[in-house]
Amino acid sequence: MRAKPPLKNPILRTRQALTPPMPRSRVALELTARAAEGRFALQRCESCGQVQYPPADCCRACLSEELLWAPMSGRGELLAHTTLHHSNDPFYRERLPWKLGLIRLEEGPVAVAHLHQDCAPPPASVRVTAKLDKAGRGVLVALPAGESQSMQTDPRHNEFSCDPQFRKVLVTDGKSRVGQALVHALAEAGAAVIWAGQAEPWKRYAGQDAVEKLGAVTVVPLDLTDERGVNRIGAELGGRVDILINNAELHRTEGIASRGGAELARREMEVNYLGLLRLAQAFGPAMRARGADGGSSATAWVNLLSVYALSNYPPQGTYSASKAAALSLSQCLRAEMQGAGIRVMNVFPGPIDEEWNQPLPPPKLAPERLARDIVNGLRDGIEDLYPGDVAREWVERWRQNPKVLERELAMESAAG
Amino acid sequence: MNEVLEALLAGLAADQLKVVDLTHTLSPSFPQLSLPPEMGQALPYRSEEISRYDSRGPAWYWNNFTLCEHTGTHFDAPIHWVSGRELPNNSVDTIPPERMIAPACVIDCAADAERDADFLLTRERLEQWEAAHGEIPAGAWVLMHTGWARRVNDPVAFQNYDDTGQHTPGPDVACVRFMVDERNVLGFGTETIGTDSGQAQRLNPPYPCHYYMHGAGKYGLQCLNNLDQLPPTGAVLFAAPLKLEEGSGSPLRVLALIPA
Repeated sequence: MRAKPPLKNPILRTRQALTPPMPRSRVALELTARAAEGRFALQRCESCGQVQYPPADCCRACLSEELLWAPMSGRGELLAHTTLHHSNDPFYRERLPWKLGLIRLEEGPVAVAHLHQDCAPPPASVRVTAKLDKAGRGVLVALPAGESQSMQTDPRHNEFSCDPQFRKVLVTDGKSRVGQALVHALAEAGAAVIWAGQAEPWKRYAGQDAVEKLGAVTVVPLDLTDERGVNRIGAELGGRVDILINNAELHRTEGIASRGGAELARREMEVNYLGLLRLAQAFGPAMRARGADGGSSATAWVNLLSVYALSNYPPQGTYSASKAAALSLSQCLRAEMQGAGIRVMNVFPGPIDEEWNQPLPPPKLAPERLARDIVNGLRDGIEDLYPGDVAREWVERWRQNPKVLERELAMESAAG
Repeated sequence: MNEVLEALLAGLAADQLKVVDLTHTLSPSFPQLSLPPEMGQALPYRSEEISRYDSRGPAWYWNNFTLCEHTGTHFDAPIHWVSGRELPNNSVDTIPPERMIAPACVIDCAADAERDADFLLTRERLEQWEAAHGEIPAGAWVLMHTGWARRVNDPVAFQNYDDTGQHTPGPDVACVRFMVDERNVLGFGTETIGTDSGQAQRLNPPYPCHYYMHGAGKYGLQCLNNLDQLPPTGAVLFAAPLKLEEGSGSPLRVLALIPA
């Protein structure tokens, strides 16, 4: 358990968010890309089998360029440790003293890692993970072996996480099944305040009573198609929201030929794409200003996208296109939030078990499972989340060859 | 100046005539027609800033707005319904402008609607009204005053949905036939979102006011405000829809002239 952050003295200056040094070589970004999904992998030489750290363009042992990224077990031995009491970097100066360790990984290489304060002195077994730091770079973090939640007991290491505990969270749609599951999961995770957005407040929904009974929850009117309304709620809440979860979406199941005109596609874009833009303009500046706001700073922004953002699923063609647009915009948002140390997490589920996927056969992702994965993703500080088997399979196929996936989906649609 | 127009202006200037605004303010939260979600939907009113004395336009403020032809206080043209699709001059751009100024008969159903949200106006009720106020003249608006406009700031009460759908007052089938076939009215106006009752999809034919009124080239007015300020007879309505090409309806400003 992390300790409840102390109340902030409201007349002191809010410190500006700082980030650790950002630049990384292209090959080192490969480590970042995997850390963004919570994976730890290093280069292994196909010629001599050597695993190396830090990443480089060729094998340090045999100069081969045949390097593949292989998953690491994370098991390692702490060989030496040190504590920094001085740094010229403004980010670390604010966080001294800072512990570093030298670790021999089970796969062979020796690496320098951020060391959790609970790690025993060397020689000791440690668990090494790849995390994104405040700047969004992949770094290695060593934790005491065998413990899963210990990250939270070291205040310096809280910054590798976006734990919703004690935080104030806006869920832009508290009404959908996913939204209700999120609200419940966040309450369970100890969020201090949860605002549950509701478009069309005149329509009560099944489950609203249960949502409203949760002590931390306030239902707020929020319709992402309404610029004035979004700006109003942004003005009211923007300076308080620590985590914004944008799960509001318009989901229909049409291709191009199945539906005449652009009316529906426009409404999908209004919510799924322009809604994100409106939210980012209404909440982004205030959240960026609170990237280092004491113990409960603005920390994360979550977008509920879809695996269909990666490749168009023709039976849900216009929906896929709107999610692809949202994915592209989220990358812009991520770049803009990066300087304030605010993580933008994109979530790419496969079909969710909800109203509009009614005719689809299983497997479908249960909203409760999705909500749990999002909360865990926040705790782990993940940037790209592919929850469920379908999503993981899709993204794997997409990585292997996007063109092949496109053709497969077209064939499936023609057959279906 | 023509003496009739002069008398009109003089009447306004001397406060012998009063202008009543029968229009609600268009806002993003104004209650909107709602269909099953798989169907096409009427867009609610939305306004987005173009500039506000800022870098996007340094000395001026203006907005783009979007809405459906049937959003807010609005006019229904005959082409709106399938029964009126083949009629001449059936869209808002071709409606003869002289029909945009017409007398109004106001039927007070506020107490009935208060008692029963599903209240249906009947032919008998209109005949009672005529016994008191005289026959509904051809070419007149018939306006159903239900007090619904008072609910406008409470969207739950205005929409009045439950698990069986919407519960709002409107006319029954025989009442519509009477107004169309025997009185040749100009159209029918309500304070609710439709000219038909909330449960009118269960009548035969469904949505009889839309079906028969528009099938006979008559018009509709919806989401009217301030009907409580109108006398049963003697009001003149100015209801001019926007001149939208092939428009099925239009938001509009509805004004009534009444004796002060």
